[in-house]
Order: sequence, then C-alpha cells, then structure tokens
Amino acid sequence: MSENNAMTLAPKKSFLKRNLPVVSTAGPISIWMIIFVMLPLLYILFISFMSRDVYGNIEYTFTTDNYKEMIQPLYLKVIWKSLKLAFLTTVICLVVGYPLAYYIASKPSKLAAKLLMLVMIPYWTSSLVRLFSINQLGMPNGFLNLLLLKLGIVSEPVDFLFSDGIVIMGLLTAMLPFSVLPLYSSIEKLDKSLLEASKDLGANPAKTFIKVTIPLTMPGIVGCVLLVFIPSLGMYYVPEMLGGGKVMLIGTLIKNQFLMTKNWPFGASLAILLILITLAMMWIYTRVGKLDELEVG
Amino acid sequence: MAGEKRLSKRLRKKRLWGRVSNVYAFLVYLFIYVPIIVMVIYSFNDQKNNYYWNGFTTEWYEKLFTNSDLVGYLGISLIVAVAATIISVIIGTIGALGLVRFEFKLKSVISNSLYIPIVVPEVVLGISLLMLFEIANFPLGMTTMILSHATFCIPFVVIIMRGRIAGMDLSIEEASMDLGANRLITFFRVTLPLLIPGIMSGAFMSFTLSIDDVIISNFVAGPYATTLPVKILSMVKTGLSPEVNALTTLMVLVLLVGILINNAVQALLKKRALTNIKSYF
Repeated sequence: MSENNAMTLAPKKSFLKRNLPVVSTAGPISIWMIIFVMLPLLYILFISFMSRDVYGNIEYTFTTDNYKEMIQPLYLKVIWKSLKLAFLTTVICLVVGYPLAYYIASKPSKLAAKLLMLVMIPYWTSSLVRLFSINQLGMPNGFLNLLLLKLGIVSEPVDFLFSDGIVIMGLLTAMLPFSVLPLYSSIEKLDKSLLEASKDLGANPAKTFIKVTIPLTMPGIVGCVLLVFIPSLGMYYVPEMLGGGKVMLIGTLIKNQFLMTKNWPFGASLAILLILITLAMMWIYTRVGKLDELEVG
Repeated sequence: MAGEKRLSKRLRKKRLWGRVSNVYAFLVYLFIYVPIIVMVIYSFNDQKNNYYWNGFTTEWYEKLFTNSDLVGYLGISLIVAVAATIISVIIGTIGALGLVRFEFKLKSVISNSLYIPIVVPEVVLGISLLMLFEIANFPLGMTTMILSHATFCIPFVVIIMRGRIAGMDLSIEEASMDLGANRLITFFRVTLPLLIPGIMSGAFMSFTLSIDDVIISNFVAGPYATTLPVKILSMVKTGLSPEVNALTTLMVLVLLVGILINNAVQALLKKRALTNIKSYF
C-alpha cells in the first residue's frame, strides 16, 4: 500500500522539483489570473446566453434573447449615445493632448519629467471630488454662472448640468492624463532628423506634420484612443455625478442590471458587447504598435 | 543687412511660436487643475452649499477630526490599498521574473491575460468579480475588496517589473551562483535589491490605483467595507458635505509630500548604487 503510494507520488515530485523555478515564480500569477480574470470572464460569456426566472435567478437554458433585447430602441439609444460621447471625448483628448505632449517632448528631459508629473498629479486625487467641483461650478447658482452674469455674457443663469456637454467635460478631466502619456512616449521617440529631412526636401510644416510626424507617432495615437475610448464607455460615475441620472450610458445600464434590477444575463450580454468593442480596438492597436509598449503609467 | 533682417524675422517668429505654445500649455494645465483649485477653495469656504464665497473658515477641518466618520472610511481605504499593494507587488514581481526568465506552456495566455484588466472597461471587471464571489458564496467585505484591488493592480506591477527585469544584467546573478549562493539566496541578496526602484514605482502605482478606485469597489464592497470613494459616490445624491473637500485637500497634500519623498529616496538609491559600484574599483 505504502509502496504503491510512493510509486504514484514519485514522478509527480520529480516534475515539481524539475520545474520548481517556473512553478514558484509563474505559478502564483497564473493561478491568480485564471481564477480572478479568465474564469469570471468566461462565466460572463456563459451567462449571457442563459435566461432568468421572475425572481431574477438564473435558469440554465440556452437563449439568445439577451442579445435580442439590446436591439430595442431604448437600449440602442443608450449604446449609441455611449459610443458618441466616448468618441467625442477621445477626439478632444487627442486634439488637446497631442500639442501638450509635443510641447512636453520638446523640453529638456528633466523639465519634461516634471511637466509629465504635473499632468499625473490630479489623477492621483479623488476623481469623484474633482467631478464634484465641476458639478458645483456648473450649478445654476454656481461660480461659473456668477462669472458669466457679472461679465454680462448671459442674462440668465444657464443650467450646465444634466447635459451631454458637461458629461464630456467630466470624462475629459478624468481621461486627459491618459492621453498625454502614450502620446508623449511616441513623440519623444520620434527621430527629429526625419522632420529636418522633410523640411529640406521642401515640405512646409503642415505637410511635414501630416506626412511624417503623424504616421510616425501612430502607436501613441492609437494607444491614446485605446486608453481613453474604452474606459470612457464604462465610467458610470461620471454621468451619474454630472448628468444627474438624465444622461444614461452603457456603464450605468450594466451596473443597474447587477445592483438594481438583478438581470444578470442581460447585464452580461451588455458586458460582452463592451468586451467585443475592446477586442476590436486592441486588434487595431496591434496593427500599428506593440501591446508591450503601451504606456500604462 | 537683408540676411540679418530675415534672421531676426525668423527669430521673432520662433519666439512668438514659443510664447504661443507656453500659453497653450498653461491653459491645458489650468483646465486640469481648476477642479482641484476649486476643491481647495471650497474647503475653506464658510458656506455649506458652496454656491458662492462666504468668507474664510477652518470649520470643516475641525469637524473632519471631531465630528465625522469620513476618517473611518479613509482608514478602510488605506487598509485595502496597503494590503492590495503588498499582494500585487509580491505576486507581480515574482510573476514578472517567471514570465521573463522561463518558458512554459501557458506563458502567452497568461501574458496576454494581463492586459485584460488594463484595457477592459472597469465595469466589466467589477461585475465579473461580483459574480465570482457570489457563486463561490464568499461574503462581500474587506477580503473581497482586497482580492479585487490586487487583481487590477497586479498587471500594472508586472508590466513595470518586466521592463526592469529584461533590462537587468544577468551576469551579476550568475556571479552570485558561481560564488556558491543558491537560487533563493541569490534572489534575496542580489536580484531583489536591484529591483527595489521598480518595486517602489509598482507599489506607488498600485496604491494610487487602489485608493482612487470607485467602479470596481462599488460592486464588491458589501456593507462593511465601504471605502472613501464608495462613500463619496453614495453621498452625491444627497450632496457632499464640505468635510469631503477638506479631507481630499489634506490627501492631496499628503500625496505631494509622498511624491517628494519618493523622488528623494529614488535619487538617494541611485547615488548609493553608484558609490557602491565605485567602491569595488
């Protein structure tokens, strides 16, 4: 009996011993990623094809109803609006962030490091409180209106809240640092002699920018799109704080399926939609840059 | 003469361009900092609803420490952040070593899965973790918070550490092994000290990500592990109390001091490493 035991254990032990360095280093992280990331995501996929009973419990019968439900005009509108606001936020982040990143990259490296730090510091303060500041500024009797009234630009207080505009503002304050970082790292790597070559060959600055600078900094641009567009889709607290619940985006919709109406399968199918959008964006990113080089912080 | 004129014209153009870009950068920074400046001002405003400036007061700071449970929520935030940071630094650093140094079957799957928590919208990660804990029948609370926070911090640590490890000189470790140290001793006496700067930036990153997280925490907090951001989010509907402005102003202050200390320590470590190397010659 004991001999038998030793027999079965022996090859196992030698396997462990042989692979001890790999198992002890890569083992914990592999187990962690499988349990906390991969399995739950597979479960989301699984559940998105299940139905539920009247009490909100999941019934394990196959259905595609959850995906069909998305096509209802009410939900399509939410999805469309989320995509629109995220897209606008991304474009503004690019248009505002690119010149700033270029400006920082043109400075000596020590100053550049400080300027980048200055971009990141606000990100380390509570984003909720920053949003609340915007909220307070934008109220009908808030400071912004006071200023506009005093200057005579408006004759009556404007309600800035509950509009798409202020939600984009909020998304911008939350996302701008993330657009500057990847842009900076690709602009910084830019070989300046290529710009001179373009100039020597007779191109004017605008042409050089479009034909040389933009293509060469494409990894940063797409990285910026990746880091701004996708999170913007899921940031449910921004519209909640600034839109006052009147601006419904997909993040809030998903959250409500889990925390309020308890419709897990439908929430899961919306999550799968977000994952598909993310995968598509990542695929585009791998066409122009390497994931390893994505500047995350 | 003409050449000089052209030169000065070019110089003037350059100077103008420089000035315009300075103004532009200033305006963008202003946009980024306005909410924080407003927050600091409001923290001293003698008016509860902050519609207008009503005079200077330190009332909110006093209330914060005498008559407010906000500090308690901050305490929970800190416990979660510290625990998640420790876990993610340990697993992330060791994992990065494994991913850089060794080949194994699932390597590409694991490396790619690291990008999931970084790129997938946080709300997706939040619901997936919530479902995991509900299915495992694991009560929501401090533990689930720490596990969840570690889950989104680990990938950032790995990516930071992977770069550092790949850039490391292998011959130093080989020298240690040649001199009779085993793998474990080499790891603790040679590899780890060399990785300290990377570990510090990974820890800093994890801590800041964890302390500010709202989206994922909101799903997995449960009733007894409400962190400060989760509390603030729940207060929004009824209106934030001015103590929140006071508390976050203090947090910004602590953060700035932390950054300065971090920079000083990094500079010191660099200097010490240099003198250490010099002392061998």
